[in-house]
Order: sequence, then structure tokens, then C-alpha cells
Amino acid sequence: MIRLENVTKVFPGGSGPAVHQLSLDVAEGEIVVLVGPSGCGKTTTLKMINRLVEPTSGRITVAGEDIMAIPAHELRRRVGYVIQQIGLFPHRTIAENIATVPRLLGWERTRIDDRVGELIRLVDLEPGMRNRYPRELSGGQRQRAGVARALAADPPVMLMDEPFGAVDPIVRGRLQDELLDLQRRVHKTIVFVTHDIDEAIKLGDRVAILNIGGIVEQYAPPAVILRDPANAFVKAFLGSHRGIKRLSLIPVGEVPLEDGPMVDRSATARDARACMDRYGVDWFGILDGKELVGWAWASDLDGDSLAHIDPKPFEARVSLDASLREALDTIITSRTRVAPVFDGGRFVGTITAEGISRELAK
Amino acid sequence: MIAAPFFRWDWVFDHLGLIWEKVSEHLVLTGIALGVGFVISMALALIGLRFPRTYPPITWLTGVLYTIPSLALFAFLVPITGFTVLSAEIGLVSYTLLILIRNIVAGIQGVDPAVREAALGMGYGSRRLFLEIELPLALPVILAGVRIAAVTTIGLVTITALIGQGGVGFFILQGLNRFFNTEIVLGTALSVILAVAVDLVLVLVERLLTPWTAKRTAAS
Ligand SMILES: Nc1ncnc2c1ncn2[C@@H]1O[C@H](COP(=O)(O)OP(=O)(O)O)[C@@H](O)[C@H]1O
Ligand SMILES: [Mg+2]
Repeated sequence: MIRLENVTKVFPGGSGPAVHQLSLDVAEGEIVVLVGPSGCGKTTTLKMINRLVEPTSGRITVAGEDIMAIPAHELRRRVGYVIQQIGLFPHRTIAENIATVPRLLGWERTRIDDRVGELIRLVDLEPGMRNRYPRELSGGQRQRAGVARALAADPPVMLMDEPFGAVDPIVRGRLQDELLDLQRRVHKTIVFVTHDIDEAIKLGDRVAILNIGGIVEQYAPPAVILRDPANAFVKAFLGSHRGIKRLSLIPVGEVPLEDGPMVDRSATARDARACMDRYGVDWFGILDGKELVGWAWASDLDGDSLAHIDPKPFEARVSLDASLREALDTIITSRTRVAPVFDGGRFVGTITAEGISRELAK
Repeated sequence: MIAAPFFRWDWVFDHLGLIWEKVSEHLVLTGIALGVGFVISMALALIGLRFPRTYPPITWLTGVLYTIPSLALFAFLVPITGFTVLSAEIGLVSYTLLILIRNIVAGIQGVDPAVREAALGMGYGSRRLFLEIELPLALPVILAGVRIAAVTTIGLVTITALIGQGGVGFFILQGLNRFFNTEIVLGTALSVILAVAVDLVLVLVERLLTPWTAKRTAAS
């Protein structure tokens, strides 16, 4: 959808190129994150895609068209653009701000009104915000309005330059989740710039790690970058806790699950003890056929059958599509040290801290 | 024998027609000066913004105009343009330029660069950017300049009484010639009242034109 071929930008008076021979392919419908230290040319690269900066050499195409062949203002109306400072027009209401590009494109009034209403719902702003001025909104609300404005004319491509850089970490996390959720519905091709590697890992289908001078050190899905950093620069940029970061990216379903210390309701107390010994725990789970009905302490055993035991429900449950990070969190905070995994309502096995660590070591 | 009172209201009531005529003249002279001054200032400000190297000479020239004593300027103009409205306006207009140009330029330059970048990034051309974004956002600063220029001009108009114009300055001049306090006080008071009233009107105009700067107390 977007292709940069050997793009170089030299600013007059700059020491060396800001971006050097950069090539990058962005497929339709994916989020590509450009990440790297300050001054490495992320913003410059992004601005070359909508011609706010003209490349010194090289070629950029959007949807197969050479961008230099499209008049700049037309190109920009087709490409959504969100910046860190947002740049909402202070003298226009939120509705008028969102309507900016449709107005430039000369849409009819009723069509614009409908679209504005739709976008306000899409980005989860209260309808009452419509007629407010930007200064009357909170940082997070303004950021949502900025995203809505960029989406207004339904551009296939979105460029986002550190859009969540100015909001506090809690709001940032929520806005990131909302962006992912939004992307599932609107399927844009997004180039997202950040200097925050965690944000890159969370949002990117693919992540390009840039070095000073706009040099791509590695361009791959985040799980691959974390597992196999291409070189020392990437490794250093990823920082410590690489394992922990990978945890967020691997779903529980990719790890071989274990049976766990589970016995059927019809089993004997002796079976239960043997099973606990095997796992080195002092509790056991009780199955009724395939269904997991709960768990009990070893000390609850009394007599030879399990029939009299009233199983306690598992508080810690992990879904098959949860990340290993969530699973580990559940395991650590649960008394049982393992977490039963469910596919929808169906019990499919258990996951343990050892199992997770084996997976990371692979 | 009773001493003549310092201020004779009866004289005022006898001359209401004349007073009204001079007040209108005063407002017209001021309005023309501000209107013409604004148009010239906008043109010069645009040149200065477009070609930054021209800005220092523009402010230097209008600064020099501003420093010429008004009496001297009118005295200089009379041999050329006579005891006319034109002489008065040339002087009045030239005193508005410096303030207006500086405020227009400062207002435009004060527009948040992020707003400009967002506008360009969404496909604004430079003309629409100026008219729809930069100019409205510069309005509070520009209007602040207009207010200062208006108040200054209203004061200066009284001086043009010396070249046969002058609005309410007419009373001051005539009062001085006839040693008649009532007219001097009346002219001065009217000039001050006009300045205050015009300033208030301009504040209202600013409120109306820039609703987004108002503090709304609506629940957030
Ligand atoms: N308009 C400009 N003129 C001159 N140099 C610039 C300009 N914009 C960016 N640069 C330089 O280009 C390099 C990359 O900048 P930028 O793309 O903004 O980095 P990043 O967004 O990754 O922090 C920096 O060294 C910066 O100083
Ligand atoms: Mg940047």
C-alpha cells in the first residue's frame, strides 16, 4: 500500500542526511510502527509520505501511485495525519474540526453532519462534545477528536506521529487499546511513529527499528524482533526485560498445555494423592468427565472416595487467546500456582510457570 | 458682581446641535483613519510575512512616521494638501500603521505551529490557511492593536482642529482662543468619553468575533 524506495532526505545545513536510503513496504491493512531514538528521522520519514517534507532522492508510492505525481493538497486529503500536539483548530468546535477534510473536499452539509456523528461515536466521544471548543476538552478527549478528524474522509492510509506522546500513561494505555479496537473495525493502513518500544510492540503488526540517519536496523513482526534481535543496536534498544515483553505477544494457545493435578470425580483418594505427588502440590482439581468443577486441598481428603468433597471454584482462569503475560500474572497471584485454561467455557488443560519459561527458552 | 461659573451648562444646552455635529465629525475622521490604516497595514504586514527581509525596513519606516510630532506633521502637510480632510487623514493614518502592522504580524506569527502543520497536513492551501485558520486565530492580537490605534487616533483628531478639522477638538481650540473654560473642558471630556466608548465597543466586537476564547462555565 505504501512503498518507500531508497528514500533519502538531506536538510540544507544539516550534518549528514536525516534519512538515508530508506526502503520500506507497508502492506494494506497493517500497522507499521517506526521506532527509534530521538532525531533518528521518524518524523521526517512520515512527513515525506504526505509531502510535508519533499525527499531529496528516492521514490514513494501510495496505492501504486508515485506521490510526486499527485498534487500535494490532494494527496494530503487522502492520507489521514495525526500529530502529537494534535493541532486541533482552537476557533472551531469539535464537530467543525472533525469536518475539516470533508469540507475541503466539498461534501454536502447533511453528509458531513452524519459523518461527524458517526465518528464521534466511533472514537467514543460523548455526543455533548460536538459543540465544545478544543480547550474545553481533556487531553485524552482531544486526542480522540484528532483521530476522528484524521479519519473523517475515510482515508485508506493514516500517518500518526507520536499521537499518544502527550497524555499520561493510563490514558495512553487506553488510547492504544482503542486504536487497536478501532483498527479491527476500519482496517486502515497505518504508519505509526513512536520512541516508546513498548508502544511499538503493542501496536505494530510489524516494527521498523530506526537508527540515527534514518537507517532501518530491523523490520519484522515484534515477536520476531524480540526473539531474534538483528544486531547489538536492536538488542540495546529493546532494553532489558526482553523476555517479559515477549510474554505479551505469545498467546497461551501456542504453548503445549499440561494435564495438571486433575482427577476425575470417580477416582479414589489414593489416585488423588498419587497425582499430587507427581506434580509436587498439596491440592488437586476435580473433573466431571471433561468439565472442571473445582479444586480441593489434600487435607480435605477424608475416607476413600471424593464424593463428600465440595470443590472450590477456580478463581484463576486463563483464556486460550490470552497472552502468556496475563497467564503468568494469574499464576503468580493464584494460590494454586497453575492456571486452568479455557477455550470459551471448555477446560482444555493447565499452564504453569515452568511451561512458560520453557516456551521462552525455545 | 457674581464671578462667571467655571463650567456653563447653559452654554452646552444651547449648542447641542453643534456638539452633535462635531462628535459625528470626530467619529468619521477616526473611522476613516482606522479603516484606511488597517487596509494599508494588512498589505504591508502580508508583505513582511511573505518576505521576512522586508519586515525590518517596514517597521523602521512606520516607526519613524510614528515619532514625528503630530503638530509638525500637520504643519508640513498644509502647504501640500491644504486645510483639508485629506491632510488630516494622511497624518492620522500614518500614526496607526506601526501599531497595526506589528499586531497583525505578531498575531499571525503567534499561531500555534502545530495548528498550521495539522492544517497543511490535511490539505489546506496557503490562501485558505491564511483566511480560515491564521487570520481568525490572530484576531485577538490584531483587535488589541486596533483598540490602541483607535484610542490614539481619537486623541489625535483633536489636534487636527489646527488645520480646520478636529471634531470635538474644535471646542478646545475655540475655547483657548476665547479664554472660555466651558469649551475647553467640553472638548476634552468629549474626546475622553469617545475614546472610552469606542474602546468598549471594540471589546464587545472582539467577544462576538472570538467566541472560542470565552470561558464557559458549562460542566466538563
Ligand atoms: N526542517 C528541518 N530542517 C533541518 N533539519 C531538520 C528538520 N527537520 C528535522 N531535521 C533534522 O533531521 C533529523 C531527524 O529529525 P526527525 O525526523 O524530526 O527525528 P525524530 O522524529 O526521529 O525524532 C534531526 O537531526 C533533525 O535535527
Ligand atoms: Mg519526531
